[in-house]
Amino acid sequence: MLQALSISNLTKTYANNMKALSSVNLSVEQGDFFALLGSNGAGKTTMIGIICSLLNQTSGEVLVLGKDQTKHLNEVKRMIGLMPQEFNFNPFEPVEEILVNQAGYYGIDRSSAKAQAEILLKRMELWDKRLDMAKSLSGGMKRRLMLARALIHQPKILILDEPSAGVDVEIRRSMWKFLRELNDQGMTIILTTHYLEEAESLCRNIAILDKGKIVEQTSMKKLLARVSQQVLILESTEQLPDILPALDFKIERLDAYSIQVSLNDVNISQALIALSENKIEIEHVRSAQNRLETLFLRLTSKAG
Amino acid sequence: MWIAYKTIVVKEILRFTRIWVQTIFPPIITTSLYLLIFGGLMGERIGDMQGVDYLHFIIPGIILMTVIQNSYANTVSSFFLAKFNNSIEELLISPVSYWVILLGYISGGIVRGFVVGLGVFIAVSFFVELQIYNIWIVLMTFLLTAILFSLAGFINAVFAKSFDDISIVPTFILMPMTYLGGMFYSVEILPEFWQTLSKFNPIYYMVDSFRMGFLGSSTTDLLVSMLVLTTMIMVLAIVAFYLLKKGVNIKT
Repeated sequence: MLQALSISNLTKTYANNMKALSSVNLSVEQGDFFALLGSNGAGKTTMIGIICSLLNQTSGEVLVLGKDQTKHLNEVKRMIGLMPQEFNFNPFEPVEEILVNQAGYYGIDRSSAKAQAEILLKRMELWDKRLDMAKSLSGGMKRRLMLARALIHQPKILILDEPSAGVDVEIRRSMWKFLRELNDQGMTIILTTHYLEEAESLCRNIAILDKGKIVEQTSMKKLLARVSQQVLILESTEQLPDILPALDFKIERLDAYSIQVSLNDVNISQALIALSENKIEIEHVRSAQNRLETLFLRLTSKAG
Repeated sequence: MWIAYKTIVVKEILRFTRIWVQTIFPPIITTSLYLLIFGGLMGERIGDMQGVDYLHFIIPGIILMTVIQNSYANTVSSFFLAKFNNSIEELLISPVSYWVILLGYISGGIVRGFVVGLGVFIAVSFFVELQIYNIWIVLMTFLLTAILFSLAGFINAVFAKSFDDISIVPTFILMPMTYLGGMFYSVEILPEFWQTLSKFNPIYYMVDSFRMGFLGSSTTDLLVSMLVLTTMIMVLAIVAFYLLKKGVNIKT
């Protein structure tokens, strides 16, 4: 099957000799909802910049739906819609004009562009703001405007660089719903995010970028299945003894009433029995960490 | 490509008309003051220049000065702001060729030069009875001048990294070149050395041929002026296209 995106040996070295990407290989299937994770400075935005022709690569190849980006630049550009991380519209232009102009750059005539802009602005709950200057919008509205702009030419691949930054929970959920609908309609979506919960909830496949290198590329399911260690916070109603017992699992005091346990080969009921035998009665149990976060930190060597 | 070009031009026109108080109105006021002071009050004492009274002599130069300043200002500020607020990325991710981007911005500069030039012309008509010797020479010179300075403004914007950088060239290069290009005087009155030096100033050829279009008299061959301007446009267009294609200060 033709890959939506296929990147081979992509390298980017900036003028100051900073190597942002080093021989990156990545492939994204058509119709996928793909997460590209990485901490700040990992190279995500650089990679997206190269895919979207905003940056020049030092070496390597980018194929978009089988088309070589350097040989079929305009065709490739038509297939991609980008919602960048930073606001990149003229704040002194009215909202609707930003969309209609963007459509014009893709060769869409004004009347078709206005019709498409109306659909998107209504969907993004920005229709009432269509005549307002973009600078007057709130942070969340600006993000939605950029999402609408990325979709104005009906791309086959949508790239979202931190789409939820500064968006409140309610709007974020409605944005997720909209993105799932687009994906169900066949649109390939590539997402970078700091909200690991977002990636876990939306994406089927994932790549983790660390210091300009892909350290992992697999399905979300397989990746999460690898989290064998469970970290839990256990709370007791009675004050804990000064010296905690030595058990088959790692145990750490958090305060006078709570401990954190890391379970590898022991399950939760065995752990509770073992604690009870040592006169520690547990009333509440809660997860200490997001599973994906645990893995992410482990893969990018940032765990404790 | 036509739709993309039209989009850029319409966007550019809307941009400067939306802020007409800053872009269209001030040049008309400034020009009227120039005419009142240099033409009306001091003109009679200066006497004739190149065979016409001083007021009529300076009008073409003053109109052309507004065209130069406004064509330049339009592209330099618009393209620099697009870089500054990153909205240039809207164009860079789209399938718009570099020529279309360049032509769009240049066309915006030409339109602003024309609107302001025409505004000044109309304002001047209230004070002075204007004669046009040859409208085609006037229009051709206007067009070449507007293209040339829109291109120059574009190149300035590509290199500019701060707001200071977009005002340094107009203040320290453009303004002296304009004033020393024979806008307020005929180069014939200068000593020979300065006359020769003036011929290295492209604005001299513009003012001279624009004045030819209005008054029917010039100090240099019209064909030479047109040739100089066309050559300069070609050079600047190639430079601007190269900078844009290479992504200088736009893409890393």
